[in-house]
Amino acid sequence: MHIVVLAKAVPNTTGVERFEPDRSLDRVAAEPILNPNDEYALELALRLAEIDPGIMITMLTMGPETSWPGLTKGLAVGAQAGVLVSDPALAGACALSTARVLAAALDGMEYDLVLAGSDTSDGKAGVIGAAVAALLDIPFITHAGELTLRDGAVEGRRTRDDGYEVLAAPLPALVTVTQEVGEMRYPTLRGIMGSRSRMPVALSLDDIGLSAADVGGAVATTLVVDVDPPAPRPPARVVSGDAAEVADEVVRFLVDRRFIP
Amino acid sequence: MSGEIWIIGDLDEERLRPSSAGVATLARQVADVGGLGVEGIVLGARPAGAAAELAAYVPHVLSVSIGPDDGYLSPTALARALADLVHERGPRYVVVAATPGGKELAGALSASTGWGVLGNAVDIGWDDGPIVHTLVFRDDTRVRSAFTSGHGIVTVQPNITSPIALDAPGLVETLAVADARTGARVRRLELVRGDAPPSVESARVIVAGGAGVGSAEAWTVVEQLAEALHGAVGSSRPPVDRHWVPYSQQVGQTGKTVRPDLYVALGISGEVQHRVGMRMARTVVSVNSDPAAPIGGFADLVAVGDLHEIVPAIIERIRRAEGGAA
Repeated sequence: MHIVVLAKAVPNTTGVERFEPDRSLDRVAAEPILNPNDEYALELALRLAEIDPGIMITMLTMGPETSWPGLTKGLAVGAQAGVLVSDPALAGACALSTARVLAAALDGMEYDLVLAGSDTSDGKAGVIGAAVAALLDIPFITHAGELTLRDGAVEGRRTRDDGYEVLAAPLPALVTVTQEVGEMRYPTLRGIMGSRSRMPVALSLDDIGLSAADVGGAVATTLVVDVDPPAPRPPARVVSGDAAEVADEVVRFLVDRRFIP
Repeated sequence: MSGEIWIIGDLDEERLRPSSAGVATLARQVADVGGLGVEGIVLGARPAGAAAELAAYVPHVLSVSIGPDDGYLSPTALARALADLVHERGPRYVVVAATPGGKELAGALSASTGWGVLGNAVDIGWDDGPIVHTLVFRDDTRVRSAFTSGHGIVTVQPNITSPIALDAPGLVETLAVADARTGARVRRLELVRGDAPPSVESARVIVAGGAGVGSAEAWTVVEQLAEALHGAVGSSRPPVDRHWVPYSQQVGQTGKTVRPDLYVALGISGEVQHRVGMRMARTVVSVNSDPAAPIGGFADLVAVGDLHEIVPAIIERIRRAEGGAA
């Protein structure tokens, strides 16, 4: 059984980000990390591989060269292979282009189950999983917190505000996961040493049978028109000291703002 | 030319999710500015009730019943039925709430139509086509994007627009289409529904707790203040990971995005992952022992001290005032 985990390098939200004059993200300034939801997807794959040692895990990323550290981290925690689709023509790619690239790369691989985070912390649109599944014409389940493999099918537990539902799809299928899976394990020293012999593979658009006429910045379906920098916020009023006096101040504030009578 | 902009009703089983009313209102306003017609689309095994609900906000609603009336429709089945309708009827833009179901539909529809998708809009303007406003990074940077062709799909954050009903409900047209389940292959084995706690997404007041609350036992202080302020209980991530509170109440990057009038943060440091979920709160009050916690940077009032002393005193004062007024 082969699981492919879709993983994106995203700007670290606690890092320093900025836009270039052409309104594209300055990805050098934005220190990339592995998208947190994709880490949960990888963690889930690793747990499934603990149950069934016959499971092989490959990470698949589309992005610039700065995506390498995320892939090597994935290999260090236990993925067997990493693939980076990178091409200058992909700069400025829209969500649909991204889905097309991932689907084309998957088409060239053996896979039974595709896992991904339910969204990425930078784009946050959460549409890539469903788009990739639709392009591959395979069933999908999104927002799963738990996953079971049984009799050639995958069962995902999808959280609702008032409970949950269990959905089942025959393999091959695509499932997106949430933080309910739990944090990804840390790489061990042994894992890091062992992964050094398994370098991620780089593919160009040509390698996956696409060209700049199919995907990427030149044929993007969406474009950024302009960007507003953050507006400064007036500083907060700070009250401290005796708890009863602080409580009085808070209540007075809530009364002034008419939240309580 | 009644429907150049389609607003897709997002359903919870057979009911229209409340967020669709606000999204429909926004889509209607955009259509007015752009001089386009707007049409509601409700797809389901039994869409009639939800179609009537959506018609309160949209002058024309297409109620599309899919296949045999036997319950669960996978997102693939819904997306295929919608794609068929798009090809037949030729709308220019499709708008749907950025809920889990809406995102699935948007992604699958983008793949089958080749249309671009812009996600999590916080506003939509118009300049010869929709100008979609989204927030990025710490959600403090506003980006305006457009579609490069005359077509596109927009998902809209729930709660960014207050619903405004039409003076008279719109017309509902019914349509039955063939079963789209064939080949869709996802089955629902189990549906478990309990009493949902008050939704943070629609709450006017949210009292949220963080790691600083300390323990599952101490969490009652969050619930009590929420009750005293007639609000919903929210949470940052650590209390959810520690099972003090269900995931449905989590506010932040991997949880809900909320837009209350008042957000009271108890023992929440205010890391960016939390901030992106609550930055649209109109008024923010923080109670935190650490005067340097990042939440001070985007709060209106910061109460510094032990929340286990301050919050019970606040609750007592609110109750006393209410008792006195009654």
